[in-house]
Amino acid sequence: MSSFSVNEPSKRTKWFAGTLVIGYALITMIPLVWIAITGFKSPADAIAYPPKYIIGSDSKAGFQPTLEGYVNLFTTRTRQTQEFLDANPPENWADEIVRQYDMVIVGPSKFGERFLNSVIIGFGSTFLSVFLGTLAAYAFSRFKIPLADDLLFFILSTRMMPPIAVAIPIFLMYRQLGLSDTHLGMILLYTGVNISLAVWLLKSFIDGIPTEYEEAALIDGYTRFQAFYKVVLPQAATGIASTAIFCLIFAWNEYAFAVLLTTANAQTAPPFIPTIIGVGGLDWPAIAAGVTIFLLPVMIFTILLRKHLLRGITFGAVRK
Amino acid sequence: MSDKTIDRVAQATPAPVARKIKGLSDRAIAWIFVSPTIFLLLAINIFPLIWTIQLSFTNYRANRLNREPENIGFRNYERILTDSDIWLNMQATAHFLFWTIFFQVLIGFTLAWLINKKFKGNDLWTTIIVLPMMLSPAVVGNFWKFLYQPQIGLFNYIVGFFTGRDPSSFEMLGQVNLAPWAIVIVDTWMWTPFVMLICLAGLRSIPDYIYEAAEVDRASKLRQFFTITIPMVLPFLMLAVLFRGIENFKMFDLVVQLTGGGPGSVTELTSINLKREAFEKWRTGYASAYAIILFVTVFGLASIYVKALNKVKER
Repeated sequence: MSSFSVNEPSKRTKWFAGTLVIGYALITMIPLVWIAITGFKSPADAIAYPPKYIIGSDSKAGFQPTLEGYVNLFTTRTRQTQEFLDANPPENWADEIVRQYDMVIVGPSKFGERFLNSVIIGFGSTFLSVFLGTLAAYAFSRFKIPLADDLLFFILSTRMMPPIAVAIPIFLMYRQLGLSDTHLGMILLYTGVNISLAVWLLKSFIDGIPTEYEEAALIDGYTRFQAFYKVVLPQAATGIASTAIFCLIFAWNEYAFAVLLTTANAQTAPPFIPTIIGVGGLDWPAIAAGVTIFLLPVMIFTILLRKHLLRGITFGAVRK
Repeated sequence: MSDKTIDRVAQATPAPVARKIKGLSDRAIAWIFVSPTIFLLLAINIFPLIWTIQLSFTNYRANRLNREPENIGFRNYERILTDSDIWLNMQATAHFLFWTIFFQVLIGFTLAWLINKKFKGNDLWTTIIVLPMMLSPAVVGNFWKFLYQPQIGLFNYIVGFFTGRDPSSFEMLGQVNLAPWAIVIVDTWMWTPFVMLICLAGLRSIPDYIYEAAEVDRASKLRQFFTITIPMVLPFLMLAVLFRGIENFKMFDLVVQLTGGGPGSVTELTSINLKREAFEKWRTGYASAYAIILFVTVFGLASIYVKALNKVKER
């Protein structure tokens, strides 16, 4: 602020703008904070009225934090007779929590598996989309390809189809090929969905790398492949990394295909979480715990990505 | 690291192959690089689309494997376009589209404008505001359902706290007059940051000297806002509306988790209706025709819009 500018807002304007924005940010965080808190409540506290929001207080609005939601999320439990419970003392802290409802832990729940499916399918499709996307983006960026604009638009237009419209023939096709409810099928499908993003985004990053470096490398006797591998790729590393994170987030969040095309073996977490049922209805603390675990990685990635966020969500159309 | 790998690859490559690779023309490399992507898109997107078009002229049902589908011409299309229930779904979609875009543009632009006042810590708060839009829509719909629960939900409690209404006297998801607004609220909560980010990029792209020139000409702040800020941000804003429009036209996951289309069918957007026809009633041929109609609508509207957008950009 060394030089005077007519556009530098006054202190009062800044204070006013700051207050409004921070106010909005705090309000917008309420649902997320509430879900995070609910994960640490007992089922009774989670549906109490008026809502309980003070952690560890004995007042009317207070609740004692518990890991019940997390235990219920990861385990399956059965009710047992008093004699059985007396004969078998609790084995660990998780067992102890369950005992207050006369139950014992009999095994892991399906959440771990579903979460693992999300990881496998997410990373698999991300790797494929970024690999294919980098090659295609480099070609579109550096070579004269006949009808390049039309091809690029075609790649983008595949994103306009409602997922259900694509799901009908995919469902029939996968049934015939034996790809229904398999990891491979979902990885290929998510790659098909994400590749348009990968190509457009990576093209915008590679377009930003000056061609002089490669030309110098080519004169030095590098082949095209070597120039691409040794010169362009290292420079595009940030772009590739952020594209990968975007693809990962989209695959991670996807629901429509997952709910229609998977049932058990390859089901991911989003269609599974809402179906967690406890005693007498939906187990909200367990659902909240699942939601928290599921959303946390995305939030961390979003914070890491913040500089490239705009480019990613607009398919490279807007660069900061 | 990469140097070693490339050397090892080079050494391991047999001489004839190496000569071939070295000899590859740029054109050949271009095709080798592009074709896997094109092939994948043909297999995952275009082939299914063509199959859908073919199915849309039949009475095929995917749950009856041993019955040969009959070709019935345009009858599916006729039935869809004359079905009054589908027009109700279209209206629900239009209501959802219009109001989500209206609120997101209004709030998103205002926020961007305020953030552009460059108060201390604006980067940090921008990052916090942006978080909802990266989350899984289905999971967001799921936990908002919890917030909307009558009696126990936080939303009802907060509304009750500020307006004095009994929190159990209304059901956001269960009442015909409230449910369409319940989905608008959640979508606005989730996607306002998207519009905000794009507007912010627009605002930051306006060079300072334009305002300085206006100041020299003694244009009022209000006049500067309407003759400089708005026109310069407009192309960005229109781009944001295009993205939101396409996304919300195909909206499925968020709303299906929140309301499942209910109560009755007041929040049954076209995508949810389509899912019902295709995967619950198993009217595959009929649903295919429906899918084609939706796709043509989005594609047509988007093309017209992009033309308008380009005109605005040229100005």
